[in-house]
Amino acid sequence: MNLLDPQGPVATANSTILVDSVFIMLAIVVPTIIAILAFAFWFRASNTKARFQPDFVYSGRVEMVVWAIPALTVILLGGVAWIGSHQLDPAAPVPGTGSPVRIQAVSLDWKWLFIYPDQRIATVNTLTVPAGAELNFQLTSSSVMNVFFIPQLGSMIYTMNGMVTKLNLRADNEGKLQGLSAHFSGDGFPDMMFDVNVISPLAFPDWVATTAKSDAVLNEESYTKLMQQGIERGRPTYRLEDPRLFDLIATQHIPPGPGPELLSDAGRPHSGGHDAR
Amino acid sequence: MPAGRTVEATMLGKLDWSAIPFDQPIPLIAGAVVLVAILGVLIWVVVKGHLPYLWHEWITSVDHKRIGVMYILLASVMLLRGGSDAIMMRIQQAVAYQSQGYLPPEHYNQIFSAHGTIMIFFVAMPFVIGLMNLVVPLQLGVRDVAFPTLNSVGFWLTATGALLVNLSLVIGEFARTGWLAFPPLSGLSYSPGVGVDYYAWSLQISGVGTLVAGINLVTTVLKLRTRGMNYLRMPMFCWTTLASNLLIVAAFPILTATLAMLLLDRYLGFHFFTNEAGGNVMMFMNLIWAWGHPEVYILVLPAFGIFSEVVSTFSGKALFGYRSMVLATMAICVISFMVWLHHFFTMGAGPDVNAIFGIASMIIAVPTGVKIYNWLFTMYGGRIRFATPMLWAVGFMVTFIIGGLTGVLVAVPPADFMLHNSMFLVAHFHNVIIGGVLFGAFAGFEYWFPKAFGFRLDERWGKLAFWFTFLGFYVTFMPLYVAGMLGMTRRLQHYDVAAWRPWMLVAAAGMAVLTIGVICQIMQLVVSIRNREALRDRTGDPWDGRSLEWATSSPPPVFNFAFSPDVRGEDAYWDMKTHARQQSLEHEVPEYHDIEMPRNSPTGFVCAFFATIMGFALIWHIWWMVILGGIGAFATFVVFAWRDHDEYVIPAEEVARIDRINLEERRSLVSMAGAL
Repeated sequence: MNLLDPQGPVATANSTILVDSVFIMLAIVVPTIIAILAFAFWFRASNTKARFQPDFVYSGRVEMVVWAIPALTVILLGGVAWIGSHQLDPAAPVPGTGSPVRIQAVSLDWKWLFIYPDQRIATVNTLTVPAGAELNFQLTSSSVMNVFFIPQLGSMIYTMNGMVTKLNLRADNEGKLQGLSAHFSGDGFPDMMFDVNVISPLAFPDWVATTAKSDAVLNEESYTKLMQQGIERGRPTYRLEDPRLFDLIATQHIPPGPGPELLSDAGRPHSGGHDAR
Repeated sequence: MPAGRTVEATMLGKLDWSAIPFDQPIPLIAGAVVLVAILGVLIWVVVKGHLPYLWHEWITSVDHKRIGVMYILLASVMLLRGGSDAIMMRIQQAVAYQSQGYLPPEHYNQIFSAHGTIMIFFVAMPFVIGLMNLVVPLQLGVRDVAFPTLNSVGFWLTATGALLVNLSLVIGEFARTGWLAFPPLSGLSYSPGVGVDYYAWSLQISGVGTLVAGINLVTTVLKLRTRGMNYLRMPMFCWTTLASNLLIVAAFPILTATLAMLLLDRYLGFHFFTNEAGGNVMMFMNLIWAWGHPEVYILVLPAFGIFSEVVSTFSGKALFGYRSMVLATMAICVISFMVWLHHFFTMGAGPDVNAIFGIASMIIAVPTGVKIYNWLFTMYGGRIRFATPMLWAVGFMVTFIIGGLTGVLVAVPPADFMLHNSMFLVAHFHNVIIGGVLFGAFAGFEYWFPKAFGFRLDERWGKLAFWFTFLGFYVTFMPLYVAGMLGMTRRLQHYDVAAWRPWMLVAAAGMAVLTIGVICQIMQLVVSIRNREALRDRTGDPWDGRSLEWATSSPPPVFNFAFSPDVRGEDAYWDMKTHARQQSLEHEVPEYHDIEMPRNSPTGFVCAFFATIMGFALIWHIWWMVILGGIGAFATFVVFAWRDHDEYVIPAEEVARIDRINLEERRSLVSMAGAL
């Protein structure tokens, strides 16, 4: 999950900006730290060779330089930020080879549901994508806020109930990656890690065909069961009954998922995250 | 519902025996230890007959110095609580690799929520407010703050908040939502327990305390300066106090309003931040950070002030570029209100919005950088004495620059897209809050302790404490930067990623070093109190200081100054000393006058007593008790408002007697200096 080992163009661009910014700042920071330590050492009271200049308390030139150095750095970095924000807008498509894959991600308590509306399939806690293709994500949440993040593919984005956020990514190399939720969402939060399988574009249709033969069907009823609080250890796959399921969730036609069931213990309720183990 | 339960529900609300976590040994034992300690201290106080002394001299005191000391004491005690939470978290993340560790999620989640809440609201805030209370009136050359009784009310309400947070340890639970309690997770649907209510009511009550402290200190700086102390002669710490408290006055009402809306959602079925009925969680994000970002500067600006005083004093020079520093301080004060959105670049705002807020955030680095350089040039050409406060200052400068670098980095939106909410971010804000605020608080503590108590702190233990804390900080938090670069997100109760493990182990080891630092700090206090006669400061000016707090005795008399000092320039006391050495005398024989001082008042304590009752009752839905507490607090206020006498007179002879002792000590100092 190393951020400096990007597996797609977005992550590559993000981490390049990250590293460049660090180096721009280090150019100022390292000399400053050295100067602090050097001045502190040289002007120690016991050093008789250091010249005591108690009246050196203002210098227009020094002031100009000390305002200019951080200002120039910030102008440079501000340019990086402006250009980077526009080039790497999560909502902007990332061109790729082959036809784009639409994926609708829903954060549930405490698992990830990935709906492929065009393929009429859905998966839980595992995301399978073809290498090199443009990936268009639409994201929402069944209940509380989460953040969808695959570190080696780049940019993360929030999921919120009743709202849809957009994210565009591309995975360039076949292999297994990991994703996670980057916003605390309750007791089962640490178990919201998910697998990302980047497979060859040729194998993708086969995977879709196999998955579509799944016995389990995802519809409003099975979704309502799935969104109950709890941890999913397996990697279930579904045939999607209605490709508009995501819209029903995002527009709250399917009401938000429930919280913990209140037991007798009103002050300290227990929830599924604990009981599941 | 049977009749018995109905009566119980009326009498006790949601409270019953199940609220006490008999099934969880850790909070129960911790709570029991705290309870025994408190009872022990109380019994000791009563048996030894210290109660009247405590009541008259401390609890009901409206003396800004005493209140300042009590704020710092509160902060120190809560630092131990928040630190224990930190130790538990670091151990959990060190052991919970491919396992559940020793803390179940509902407990771990309370711990990190309580850690953040306590460290910000009940450690950092009271520590800096305590130092400002203690020092600012002395630096301004005045006898007290603008509203002494209100000052006491502010302190005791803060203590109420701290008490409620600690109460949640044994009665019920604390929030499991993180220290900012984001809805909808913190809403009634997803957090039906009392945890979020403990969180919100503690902050509402202590928030009132903070707001009145802010109003008080702003008024003090604006209206109560001694003769000749115009704005551009004020010590830097007074400037940063002004800036910080302006921010308190502007920002804390936002927090109060935001939490009030959350509470309306939870108690009365409103829909400000719910998923349903048009609630908007993004509104909460914006509002809480519109308070939360200025809050960072509320904490760090006073620390900047402390470092300005310390660096200048121990370099034996006036602060370099004083006016530039004033400008930088006020620039930070204003800009800090315009950057809150950088806390959620990843929520889907467009590139224009993200870029503008990113650049605005970076702009704050300019005045901050200027401050670093001005401290650097204050050291240049100085004669630097490395007493403990100066060690903290140099340690701060180095550490804070690194925190600043990573801060500017996460202000670049595309970089933040990968680092948001990660361990990198955790490392960053600990880097600036420990390296900035906590180092500043410790520097101020070491620097002004002799002023407050009349004896110095032991230097050997102080330096040990610095080195262990300094190294411990790096060993603990540098690994978290790495873990963040490896994709690790914050608040994980357990994890299965092998690459994160070694860094969590190193961080846990660092925590052990930090703990040794804290122990050294406690040892320093113990050793210094034991050797207080040897460490006694009779001059009132142990560090060869430059501002007016060193012009009076240590500890200062209740009226601070027998005569209002006459200020003729920056570094007022330094000028006086130079002047006095030239003429070989410090004062002509003065004519003393009666001094009027505010009377002590139990208003603050009694108000807070009723506020505690009310807060507890609100948390547990015990409505009759809410009314009782409310009426009690209001009645206390009415009684205070109808008081007949609020001042007493210290006769001129008494002032003269106290002042002459001080003058004798000082004369002998001056003549000794002359003899050398």
